[in-house]
Amino acid sequence: MSREPGSPTHRRYLTGYLWALGLTLIAFAAARLGGANRTLALGVVIGAGLIQIGVHLRYFLHLGFGKSQRENLVLVLIATLLILLMVGGSVWIMFDLNRRMM
Amino acid sequence: MTAVGSAAPSMDRVDDDENGKSAFGFWVFLMSDAALFAVLFATYAVMMRGTGSGPGPAEAIGLKYAFPETLVLLTSTLTMGFAAMALHADARRSLVVWLGATLVLGAVFLALEAAEFHGMAAKGDTPQVSGFLSGFFALVGAHGLHVTAGMVWGLAMLVQGATSDLSAPVRSRLGRFALYWHFLDLIWVGIFSIVYLRGTLG
Repeated sequence: MSREPGSPTHRRYLTGYLWALGLTLIAFAAARLGGANRTLALGVVIGAGLIQIGVHLRYFLHLGFGKSQRENLVLVLIATLLILLMVGGSVWIMFDLNRRMM
Repeated sequence: MTAVGSAAPSMDRVDDDENGKSAFGFWVFLMSDAALFAVLFATYAVMMRGTGSGPGPAEAIGLKYAFPETLVLLTSTLTMGFAAMALHADARRSLVVWLGATLVLGAVFLALEAAEFHGMAAKGDTPQVSGFLSGFFALVGAHGLHVTAGMVWGLAMLVQGATSDLSAPVRSRLGRFALYWHFLDLIWVGIFSIVYLRGTLG
């Protein structure tokens, strides 16, 4: 069996784990200590969360740009688009409605 | 591919490829599940300010349980990866050990979550109190139910891993179970960021 670059190894899982752990700790620290600057803390939490989702997809779910992963990648991108439309649309409409009802 | 002698349709034919059609089909399921969670996230976001006379996110939600829950689930995703590596190397003993460790960590996660929900209910923070708490329990509870289902599946795979001949179908199922488990930890990243950390920031 030929191994593509990016196929799972112990080292790869450990790398992913350490990245994910670091980002988790950054996010929790920001939420814990960020009372003074709420916007900044929220930005750090959201940013770290988005990066961590990328880390999980790459190191644990082995999603990549390689040929064997192309179909999965397209699927994930379409799902992401649908999710952005559903969540973004719902939040936009409902918050706008809230504001108008005030 | 070996010829199937008997007339009975063989399950092996359906899911004998580790990275082929059945894995892709499972990705389709995972993405539809992601859409389900996305809608629950949207519901939570919309309901977050609907606290009525009940507590808001900052009062009702703490990090006392969320932090250990996060660490336990993240570590279980690492042990799941090691189990997959053991399967790759045909090392049955280490497969059973790592898969067992994953399930123990999954059980610890569920116990922590049960204690958390029980503590909230004891304070009177139940789903029927407000839209916010309904959204919270629907989202976090749906994830907990997924982990519970994963525990049942994982136990079945532990038995198969320990007793079967690690044939192609068993490998394929273990591969999909690993995907499922990693996916649940990915959803948890969204939950601890949006629900818990954003909640404590008020």
